[in-house]
Amino acid sequence: MISQFFLLSQRGDNIVFRDYRGEVPKGSAEIFFRKVKFWKEDGQEEAPPVFNVDGVNYFHVKVVGLLFVATTRANVSPSLVLELLQRIARVIKDYVGVLNEDSIRKNFVLVYELLDEVIDFGFVQTTSTELLKSYIFNEPIVLESARLSSIGPTGLFMQGTKRMPGTAVTKSVVANEPGGRKREEIFVDIIEKISVTFSSSGYILTSEIDGTIQMKSYLSGNPEIRLALNEDLGIGRGGGSGYDYRSSFGSGAVVLDDCNFHESVRLDNFEVDKTLTLVPPDGEFPVMNYRMTQEFKPPFRINALIEEAGAHKAEVILKIYAEFPSNITSNTVAVQMPLPKYTIRASFELEPGAVGQTTDFKDANKRLEWGLKKIVGGSEHTLRARLTFSPEVHGNITKESGPVSMTFTIPMYNSSRLQVKYLQIAKKSGTYNPYRWVRYVTLANSYVARI
Amino acid sequence: MTSHRPADCSAHFGPAYGLAGAEGQPIRLGWSVFGEDNQPGPATSTSSTSFSLQNGRLGCFSLKFFNLVSEIQWPTFRPRLDLRVHFRLIMAPPWQSQRSSSPSQPAGKGEVADVKTQLRNLAGSRAPGVDDSKRELFKKVISYMTIGIDVSSVFGEMVMCSATSDIVLKKMCYLYVGNYAKVNPDLALLTINFLQRDCKDEDPMIRGLALRSLCSLRVTNLVEYLVGPLGAGLKDNNSYVRMIAVMGVLKLYHISASTCVDADFPTTLKHLLLNDQDTQVVANCLSALQEIWSLGGSASEEVSREREILLSKPVIYYLLNRIREFSEWAQCLVLELVAKYVPADPNEIFDVMNLLEDRLQHANGAVVLATTKVFLQLTLSMTDVHQQVYERIKAPLLTLVSSGSPEQSYAVLSHLHLLVMRAPFIFSSDYKHFYCQYNEPSYVKRLKLEMLTAVANESNTYEIVTELCEYAANVDIPIARESIRAVGKIALQQYDVNAIVDRLLQFLEMEKDYVTAEALVLVKDLLRKYPQWSQDCIAVVGNISSKNVQEPKAKAALIWMLGEYSQEMHDAPYILEGLIENWEDEHSAEVRLHLLTAVMKCFFKRPPETQKSLGAALAAGLADFHQDVHDRALFYYRLLQYKISVAEQVVNPPKQAVSVFADTQSSEIKDRIFDEFNSLSVVYQKPSYMFTYKEHRGPFEFSDEIGNVSIGTESADTVDPNRVEANDKDLLLSTSEKEETRGLNNSSSAYSAPSYDASSVSVPTSQLSGLVISNPSVSGNAPQSSFAIDDLLGLGLAVAPAPAPSPPPLKLNPKAVLDPTSFQQKWRQLPISLSQEYSMNPQGVAALTTPQALLRHMQGQAIHCIASGGQSPNFKFFFFAQKAEESSTFLVECVVNTSSAKAQIKIKADDQSATRPFSSVFQSALSKFGMP
Repeated sequence: MISQFFLLSQRGDNIVFRDYRGEVPKGSAEIFFRKVKFWKEDGQEEAPPVFNVDGVNYFHVKVVGLLFVATTRANVSPSLVLELLQRIARVIKDYVGVLNEDSIRKNFVLVYELLDEVIDFGFVQTTSTELLKSYIFNEPIVLESARLSSIGPTGLFMQGTKRMPGTAVTKSVVANEPGGRKREEIFVDIIEKISVTFSSSGYILTSEIDGTIQMKSYLSGNPEIRLALNEDLGIGRGGGSGYDYRSSFGSGAVVLDDCNFHESVRLDNFEVDKTLTLVPPDGEFPVMNYRMTQEFKPPFRINALIEEAGAHKAEVILKIYAEFPSNITSNTVAVQMPLPKYTIRASFELEPGAVGQTTDFKDANKRLEWGLKKIVGGSEHTLRARLTFSPEVHGNITKESGPVSMTFTIPMYNSSRLQVKYLQIAKKSGTYNPYRWVRYVTLANSYVARI
Repeated sequence: MTSHRPADCSAHFGPAYGLAGAEGQPIRLGWSVFGEDNQPGPATSTSSTSFSLQNGRLGCFSLKFFNLVSEIQWPTFRPRLDLRVHFRLIMAPPWQSQRSSSPSQPAGKGEVADVKTQLRNLAGSRAPGVDDSKRELFKKVISYMTIGIDVSSVFGEMVMCSATSDIVLKKMCYLYVGNYAKVNPDLALLTINFLQRDCKDEDPMIRGLALRSLCSLRVTNLVEYLVGPLGAGLKDNNSYVRMIAVMGVLKLYHISASTCVDADFPTTLKHLLLNDQDTQVVANCLSALQEIWSLGGSASEEVSREREILLSKPVIYYLLNRIREFSEWAQCLVLELVAKYVPADPNEIFDVMNLLEDRLQHANGAVVLATTKVFLQLTLSMTDVHQQVYERIKAPLLTLVSSGSPEQSYAVLSHLHLLVMRAPFIFSSDYKHFYCQYNEPSYVKRLKLEMLTAVANESNTYEIVTELCEYAANVDIPIARESIRAVGKIALQQYDVNAIVDRLLQFLEMEKDYVTAEALVLVKDLLRKYPQWSQDCIAVVGNISSKNVQEPKAKAALIWMLGEYSQEMHDAPYILEGLIENWEDEHSAEVRLHLLTAVMKCFFKRPPETQKSLGAALAAGLADFHQDVHDRALFYYRLLQYKISVAEQVVNPPKQAVSVFADTQSSEIKDRIFDEFNSLSVVYQKPSYMFTYKEHRGPFEFSDEIGNVSIGTESADTVDPNRVEANDKDLLLSTSEKEETRGLNNSSSAYSAPSYDASSVSVPTSQLSGLVISNPSVSGNAPQSSFAIDDLLGLGLAVAPAPAPSPPPLKLNPKAVLDPTSFQQKWRQLPISLSQEYSMNPQGVAALTTPQALLRHMQGQAIHCIASGGQSPNFKFFFFAQKAEESSTFLVECVVNTSSAKAQIKIKADDQSATRPFSSVFQSALSKFGMP
């Protein structure tokens, strides 16, 4: 049960403010924003998603830079409220196509209309885009710019093969296309976030894949869908300890530690043929979330070295090996490495003929940054940096630098080898053949090499 | 523990879904009691009753999870706190008519006036396209409203314009009206007409919307207009309207409870709860009824009967059987209710768990946590099964932590943290999941560090400590510090600390000032526990230049070691001498206090080298502006004057190694948080009474007033120092369970006081750590054992004994009896006849470190305690007493704040006239507390 819901811009302006119960004083949005902004004096620490000021509990989630906030005085389930806020963001996105400050400001009456149906007197009524459709009468105003550029996960697929219409997923579930006719299509995205920690000698200390199969359906008449996964998919491993690497690597079987499913998913045949059956509701939703600690081949190997090179000088050598097939390209790769506090200068040397690479030394937080627009599978890249230290005393340079961390996006690649074997749409008519998009992407979550 | 899990770990997943059962078949026992497992045929566990759990999909569960249950003692009931006081809540929602408009927004009367004119022009118009113009204007009004501009002045025009068939316009108008009706009750009357008309519209959407707006007006003098439309709405044939009407009933209850009750709406809701076809209507009935009953204090007996009905088998089973039809949010509601249900026997428990098993695979974390709570609560009395529940929920919770947004994962991680702290041994093989990722926010890392510390055991310590050492060089300095502290904590909880000590000593050599600082504090604690390591540590510590240590805590630690090991550290007297020379520059009183003690200790061991510094230190101390430093210097000076050997005995007696360091949270608090699983209490790590007002504790939170404090009686257990090392299984049980166990041992009473373990007493270590060490046996239960401490607390010296009270004119019955239920009833019925604040004498406050002492003391004065609780500095007690010659009873609520030494007293009495005399009896009894 919540008391108020509000949506703040990055600057703290009220975009939407709805008071459901009138229990919390009206200045709550200001109180909240001040608290979040100045959580710790040094501004270093982020405010936790839940906190209490003068008996009022504030919950918030950040979505594309906007703050979705709920307040209550009651001792409610934090999970429920945070999940709800996330879901409100998703419902709004389903309606207005793309979520940003502009689209919400343009559609704020629609957003109020949604909020009135989603929550009544603080109690959740429904968050299903499907059900809400029959109660909502405002037409969304779809931003022109939203059709062209897009932020967030949809952008991830754009650089892949041409047939991936990245913008299609930003269209509203209710608004009609400019052409008038709605295109029958369904998107299934397999998004995997990987976390790997390499030891200083290059061994994998920990690795984990957190994946989600996300679906967005624009099919009319809500047909039933069958989604078949790898036949040899196994779930639950090694009992209590999730980290005893079996030698299953390379043997073919994909074994997930655990997974969970969306409400609409029926698992009647899952045990037999690994198929999920569901009638997809409108809007975007995760069909299945999964977690895997089975050993897998990391897409990149990182080699990092720092050594003294004369008085008050040191040299850093960073090497990246792309260990995926050469027909795949990774985008927007960024490598970061904290340097010793007494570093005052860094000069960089890229490999000869390097294209689309940037280097930077951030003096404020003493960090080396290396950006690579594209990395083709099988290639290898090196960066050399010469550091100059201030003449004051300094300690062990190896202990004071690192770890090297990396972020990247690899479209059409997934590390777990979990696959959607086929996507069947049950519909009588023989001529019915909607577009089916199955897309894969691998993202770095925490990809770290220690020095 | 892993042996309890079947070899085929996909079992929880597998056959359960493979075999489809027929609709309506009773569920089979998968989680069953050992022995019954092999019975052929469908095990209809609930055959004795007419209710059974039906399950559409799950025919035969082949779950073998809970099969290895042995020697379970089935309790016949789970004790629940019976002492409840229900308060009627009169709550007027605070409402401000105007909000200050934020400066960045366009504001102005001009715009509003402009809109007003335009609206007026449009109001009567029937021109084509007028609705579109109205929409634009309405949008403008609502956007002003959002950014905080007061647009209440256009109320009349808005209402005039609302006579339209355009539903979008209507909705905007309703939103506007809902926002401003409260401040314009007269204008709100204008809207009643059209809203009432809309409530009879043909379109169910309009009926629903109008009804919702009507009920949201929040104007007291309009309630009479609500009853009719609400009554019709509850009977509407459209579920959307009914759904809104149910919420409307709750809104009406908030505006005028009596109108709501007089119209008999709660009864209608009860009927709908069990009969409506639409699950959202049912869910709303459940929310509304729970809230109405948690607010309704006046007819409290009736209310508690109603609550019992809600928790009765038919209702619970009815809801459980339909749970899959409910929306995920409504499922949470039902699960929250089920967690309070007390099943009749173990079979029923297994039935419920089997039915809910698949809810653990839900993608919504709120559903999974609510299910987890049900499982944990149901199995409280079955230690082994309870433990298996932990094993079962581990994987789903870990999956939730790693999927979803950082915010959602934090909420789940907080709950996982609670479980890990409760039963670390179950999670000891999962430690890698608690490793921090470099990009995680600090609040997540902090939880993970605590979890890593808790799960460390013989087999994984090396790896965990290696990982923690990596964080010590982290760019995030607060986290780096916490990591070092975590290494220290692990060292203190392990038996084999060899490797860890080496690591800590390496920290000292890292030459990062904050690392050195943290490590010094840890080495000090380590030496208090493992004096045998002194040689190794001292060698390294001796190399640290005190100039490089600036943080007060670290400096104090270093100084403590210099004093303590001045024999072994060759330079000790000279380092101390240097520090004393710079006395003026030392800003921290803590450091100066330690310096005094250290130089004393050094003096006893190496008098010729130290004598000069000691003199200088005492002189500087006596001149110190800080009271504590001054007092300690004076005290040492007089001790030395009196007799040096006595001084040595006091300041530097032989020590015992510390076996267990005091826990920051009492186990009682932890249990309470556990009982409030899946609520904010877990995230804040505080029970709800510490951060909510009682009216907001949520529906069905019975912990009102007396409920907050545990039931206690005179039969206070003696403090058992070993309680701190309670065995692991005990940690899995919650308060109620523990109370029950103890209740069995204590045949004299159904209730018994929770033993107040020494660990919950927070020793004021910050200032006195040097001295606490000098007498490690000091804890709450032995305040008089060390007068040195009392002295320094400033307790024993300057306080004149309180004047002897005059003989009480009122005679009390020393053998008075009152059971908790009657106490609760009386407390509810009687008005407060006296409310007072007393000052407590310092001895009393000091003795309060064990609240049991007060209970015993008061009993000696014929004033009996019925319940007590709280933690330093706030303690709460409920007492009662009876007149010696008649059965007139006095009830007392006494809240003691030890830091302000004040006691707040509320007295209720059967015989109001006797309140004054009783009050003086009570006060004199209290003033004698702690006196020899």
